[in-house]
Amino acid sequence: MTSSATSAIELRDITKRFPGVIANDRVNLTVQPATIHAIVGENGSGKSTLMKTLYGAHRPDEGTITVNGVQQQFKSPRDAINAGIGMVFQHFMLADNLTVWENVVLGQEPGTMLRLDRKGAITRLQELSDRYGLHVDPEAMISDLGVGQRQRVEILKVLYRGAKIIILDEPTAVLVPQEVDDLFTSLRELVAGGTTVIFISHKLDEVLSVADAITVIRQGRTVAEVNDPSTVTAQDLAELMVGSELPNPATTESTVTDNEILVLNGVTLREGGRTILDDISIRVHAGEVVGIAGVEGNGQTALLECILGLHRPDTGSIELEHRDMSAVDTRTRREMGLGYIPEDRQHDGLMLTASLWENVALGHQTLPPAAKGVWIDRPALRKHTSEVVEGFDVRTPGIEVAAYALSGGNQQKLIVGREMMGDPKVLVAAHPTRGIDVGAQAAVWHNLKEARAKGLGVLLVSADLDELIGLSDTLLVILRGRIVATLDPAKVTPVELGSYMTGAKMAAA
Amino acid sequence: MNLTQVRRALTAPVAALVLSLLIASVALLVAGHNPVTAYRSMWDNINGADGIVTIINYASRYYVMGAAVAMGFKMNLFNIGANGQYQVAALFAGAVGGALRLPGPVNIAVMILVAMFSGGVWALVPGVLNVTRKVNIVVATIMMNGVAGGLIGYLLRTKFRDKADFMTAHTKTIPANSRVPHLNRLLRFFGYHLPDQTVLHGFLIIAFFVGVGFYLLIYRSRFGYDLRASGMNAAAARSSGVDPKRMVLTTMAISGALAGLAGMSVLLSEQFEYGDRFPTLLGFTGIGVALLGRNSPGGIAAAALVLAAIEQGSRGLAIAKIPQEIGQIIQGTLLFVAVIAYEVVRRRNQAATIREAAAKTASLHAAVPA
Repeated sequence: MTSSATSAIELRDITKRFPGVIANDRVNLTVQPATIHAIVGENGSGKSTLMKTLYGAHRPDEGTITVNGVQQQFKSPRDAINAGIGMVFQHFMLADNLTVWENVVLGQEPGTMLRLDRKGAITRLQELSDRYGLHVDPEAMISDLGVGQRQRVEILKVLYRGAKIIILDEPTAVLVPQEVDDLFTSLRELVAGGTTVIFISHKLDEVLSVADAITVIRQGRTVAEVNDPSTVTAQDLAELMVGSELPNPATTESTVTDNEILVLNGVTLREGGRTILDDISIRVHAGEVVGIAGVEGNGQTALLECILGLHRPDTGSIELEHRDMSAVDTRTRREMGLGYIPEDRQHDGLMLTASLWENVALGHQTLPPAAKGVWIDRPALRKHTSEVVEGFDVRTPGIEVAAYALSGGNQQKLIVGREMMGDPKVLVAAHPTRGIDVGAQAAVWHNLKEARAKGLGVLLVSADLDELIGLSDTLLVILRGRIVATLDPAKVTPVELGSYMTGAKMAAA
Repeated sequence: MNLTQVRRALTAPVAALVLSLLIASVALLVAGHNPVTAYRSMWDNINGADGIVTIINYASRYYVMGAAVAMGFKMNLFNIGANGQYQVAALFAGAVGGALRLPGPVNIAVMILVAMFSGGVWALVPGVLNVTRKVNIVVATIMMNGVAGGLIGYLLRTKFRDKADFMTAHTKTIPANSRVPHLNRLLRFFGYHLPDQTVLHGFLIIAFFVGVGFYLLIYRSRFGYDLRASGMNAAAARSSGVDPKRMVLTTMAISGALAGLAGMSVLLSEQFEYGDRFPTLLGFTGIGVALLGRNSPGGIAAAALVLAAIEQGSRGLAIAKIPQEIGQIIQGTLLFVAVIAYEVVRRRNQAATIREAAAKTASLHAAVPA
């Protein structure tokens, strides 16, 4: 290879075997310096294994890693960081109760043993932030920041540690279009400043719009290396990735009934002087999907938690199946048929150290098949779990393994399966297909549509605007705790929706 | 459990035991004693009918106490106050048992109920403070230990004191018919004859049922499911419909009640009165038992036996003119090393599980035609 002397990263014939399987089979990856290089592939295609190799989380069985022309043997992530490689994970690792600069220096505090060089750190951060257009205030509290800003803090963190090559694991999964644009602007500035970016994604349109080169991985092998993205379409990439067409969330015909199964009337929630939810009224009919669009952190979480009964609204009422919920606890609501797909599956949806069958009982532990009287009905629950695993294509060695052993996408499928198989009457769902692969996404959409046709009412919060527009019968936009627009999903475009979400465009609610 | 799982479960405790014996050996050598002699005299004191029966008697007590603490640990509720709970419980049970003249079995039942009730109430105080005022449960339970000391000191010298005894403060001795019968006769029935001075406490049966109950409650009941869910992921448990406040209160009450019950093994099988001679550190032993036994019914049993055996063994050290405190060094290092070893092994096993699962699912994936 003549390019190896100049490439930022050159992976040659990387093979990584796990007992009984080859996760990476002679994978090649060449990344030119100061470019954005996208890696696309389905879940389980081996891209995580490859990134772990590159990040020093494990060592390849065969093959070589060359960084800036120097062959490297990473024994740990520390070695990778020393070689200038930094990773930004999908799940942010930030301490909420610390400021930006405190989070960034954590573990690498400047100054002496006794004195923390606060000023120096802030100045340096401000410099980095300005140079790359990251617009982060070093003295802001993490808890006050939105998702997009938190992500930029993560990027700052690796820059601060001297990374010249940054790996971003599905960075846009949590962002709205405008935030995605901001992120891409920042990435371009990083690249202009000489940084190399490796960008892992499912979203092919985004990949095409931002990447200078693309590597497609399928079943542990490099199936394509695209050096000029303008020569390919999303369709081409999808076919390379999965060998099939992209699924479409769009529903065909309306199944909306006039049975108002979930009604919110003027729900207002205040917390420490701040108004989190402001006079929210929503009607969800049986057979209807009501989509909530909004930039993350505009009250969606609180809204779902109010419906679930985790927060009591200060004023206003919530009715589930024509019954006032103000004196009804979460458990009764769940028993009445309220399904819940939480925003953060690991934080709110799973017991990671418990077996799959125990996780399938979660939220349904008081009713058959999970319960029999005061006891947990293990045989019935195990059987039910096998059905969930089969019906929702959860890829797992068995139902006895702990939930942490599953990949993120499979964890999500387990949660979706558990909720859908619980025969809900109303489902409140946040990002039901976040982080799962194309095939599984199609399955989840299919299941939602089927349940909707049978009379399920769905309140859907999602950052995937195509999903929102495709699945919803009614689309509401939430901004700073208020419903600011009611839109017809048949007529709105993602870009238009995005401008309502940021408040750039106003409409009668 | 298959062989791999057994090996994974046993690696850490066995390694911890060996390592702690090595550390204790160093302590012995530094103090100028021969470790071999020390361990031999410990073993001599363990081996034999008397030694084993004593170990079982202590272990059954530690078991119930361990279960009391493990109950809270299972939901990340650190009840450090078992020590105060069992002493308050024993004081009230002793006072009631010494005062009442009910038929024996009824009196025993009343004392056990009083003990469990007062232990439960004592544990509920921190629980209530926690759910209403967000007081940290560790801090509150520890402080309640101090309050217990004061209350006991006061009541034992005033209201509850056996006025007939001027020398030492204790409650009235409970009548001979109100003591938990020992099991020697039962053993004789099966053909085992214990030496005259050796008594196998009837409390062993109670401990056995506590073990069965603990297992059923924690692993088989809906309540136990909620409890473990709260421990594994409080946020997820809450959105699944678990009321965290009710959970804290119930668990604290049960934990305190079990702590109170554990103290009954001393009151009803050994001392028959509550006073200054009553053991004062059972609750902390219970914390050690729960930690070492990893909060599982079987693990706690093993841990209770090991700690009781070390204790019994160290009583034999005096004969070899070696300080008995070496037993405490072994117990202490064992706990310390075990907690570290468990964590190391847990991480290794977790990594292994993830690898195995990834491998198996990847091969599933590969089986799907492209």
